Amino acid sequence: MMETIFERPKALADVPFHYCPGCTHGIVHRLIAEVIDELGIEGDTIGVAPVGCAVFAYNYFNCDMQEAAHGRAPAVATGIKRANPENIIFTYQGDGDLAAIGTAETVHAATRSENITIIFLNNAIYGMTGGQMAPTSLVGQVTQTTPYGRKVEMQGYPIRMSEMLATLEGSSFIKRCSVDSIKNINDTRASIKKAFQCQIDKKGFSMVEVLSTCPTNWGLSPAESMDWLRDNMMPYYPLGVYKDVTGGDR
Amino acid sequence: MDKVLMKGNEAIAEAAIRANCRHFFGYPITPQTEISAYMAKRMSKVGGTFLQAESEVAAINMVYGAAGAGVRVMTSSSSPGISLKMEGLSYIAGADLPCVIVNIVRAGPGLGGIQPAQSDYFQAVKGGGHGDYRMIVIAPSSIQETVDCTIDAFDLADKYRMPVMLMGDGMLGQMMEPVSFPEVKTDHLPKKDWATTGTKMKRKANIINSLYIHPEELEEVILKREEKYNTIYETEVKYHTEGLENADVVLVAYGTTARIAKAAIALAKQNGIKAGLIRPITLWPFPTDIIAKTAPNVKCMISVEMSTGQMVEDIRLAVNGVCPVHFYGRTGGAVPTPTAIFEQIRRYA
Repeated sequence: MMETIFERPKALADVPFHYCPGCTHGIVHRLIAEVIDELGIEGDTIGVAPVGCAVFAYNYFNCDMQEAAHGRAPAVATGIKRANPENIIFTYQGDGDLAAIGTAETVHAATRSENITIIFLNNAIYGMTGGQMAPTSLVGQVTQTTPYGRKVEMQGYPIRMSEMLATLEGSSFIKRCSVDSIKNINDTRASIKKAFQCQIDKKGFSMVEVLSTCPTNWGLSPAESMDWLRDNMMPYYPLGVYKDVTGGDR
Repeated sequence: MDKVLMKGNEAIAEAAIRANCRHFFGYPITPQTEISAYMAKRMSKVGGTFLQAESEVAAINMVYGAAGAGVRVMTSSSSPGISLKMEGLSYIAGADLPCVIVNIVRAGPGLGGIQPAQSDYFQAVKGGGHGDYRMIVIAPSSIQETVDCTIDAFDLADKYRMPVMLMGDGMLGQMMEPVSFPEVKTDHLPKKDWATTGTKMKRKANIINSLYIHPEELEEVILKREEKYNTIYETEVKYHTEGLENADVVLVAYGTTARIAKAAIALAKQNGIKAGLIRPITLWPFPTDIIAKTAPNVKCMISVEMSTGQMVEDIRLAVNGVCPVHFYGRTGGAVPTPTAIFEQIRRYA
């Protein structure tokens, strides 16, 4: 008899993803599902899907899901958590959703120390709508709406959400990871697990920012995209723990 | 039942708690802030949640989340704040979520003013948010009726899985009258087995969503909802009438304006003019039938509103040219006087 050494996580739905070839959403979905399996929380977990490339995320997990309006996932998650505090709530959001239209909801969920977990995918571009400038697009980055490159005089600077949220008294665990290498993928999984554990232990607001690629809208191959992420995003968005007060009382 | 003297806004809040609403998300705005203040004081005493959100936008989306999680939930605001909630309301309607929204209407557009108005009628009954959807809109005219309508609003929301708006105005919110609170029963309502409470690994995942990417699929969902709306139009219309028999002139007015219209009708009677009143309690579904039935028997109808004429359009649709339909209104926060309304009755009698 053959031994199964690799299989689909139980919390991940057995359906085809709609993501473009080389996109890293699939990796992050899998990591979340693995963590849900490891913690044995699928039956208690409610996910909140965003508007953006991950809009169909409500079909990709086997736990209960709610689809939120653009940027409102942290507010929706707040409502779900306040209704049933024993449930485990996570939102899955991109940079446009979390750092542009939903900045207020993000900041205030953090400052209330809302006991929820946010998985934030930062790929420095709007994917679903076809590659427009995101709040996290880098200076000089060419997008559909910055055809001559993002100019500081016109569009200002890219926003660093992890650093900003870490300054808030209410945030408990904030970490920036990346899925550009096996080592970093493993670290992202461990960080997502820690963020969920923070919520299970009722320690308050947790967020894992994941630097991700968008080969389609960056106009690069998947392999070139990984290089672009390392060469351009990592210097501006350094990986690491920005806040961790999960060790103490809260 | 014992009667207590209560302000409209506080009566709404207490009625909601009596109706087993344990979650309230709001944002301060005049003239409805007493609702939030009352909830802040009372919710913690009954094991509920009061949360002051960072914006109206956040508040309505918290309502979406909590409604999707299966609890009775309410938010309240006033006109400019309700405009901000319209996005969320459209999503709530599109995801078939039950909740209660209170609009204590003030004058608009823009910041407008803080005095009473009825100029959000179009926004409430014609959509406001995007897409093909309806919202039950209830407009009480006394504080007791406000209590009863608040309780009804929660039941209707749960019965039909849809948002229900309780629409008052600054005067109704601030006015005090004696009220009693009826006993509330909810065991006749459908179970919320669609809510996201966690699968407990015992059922398939529940999904709260308004996105359907295939046109035929979305059309089917919308048409199914339309059937529900038709049922509501057939069964849930509420109104009150006075003196329609032998009336030459019939006033149509709701909320605060209907109270003033009654005084004008009394003035008419003193002057030998027969005037009656149709007072819609549900603004959607609109009491089309009684208006259509009354039209052939009267000289004319007059819509009296605190707006430049919004409900009058629905009256004209109901009357369908059978009798003239006039309009009298004050706007910008000004309130019609009984004498001014009486002058209109005398003019058209």
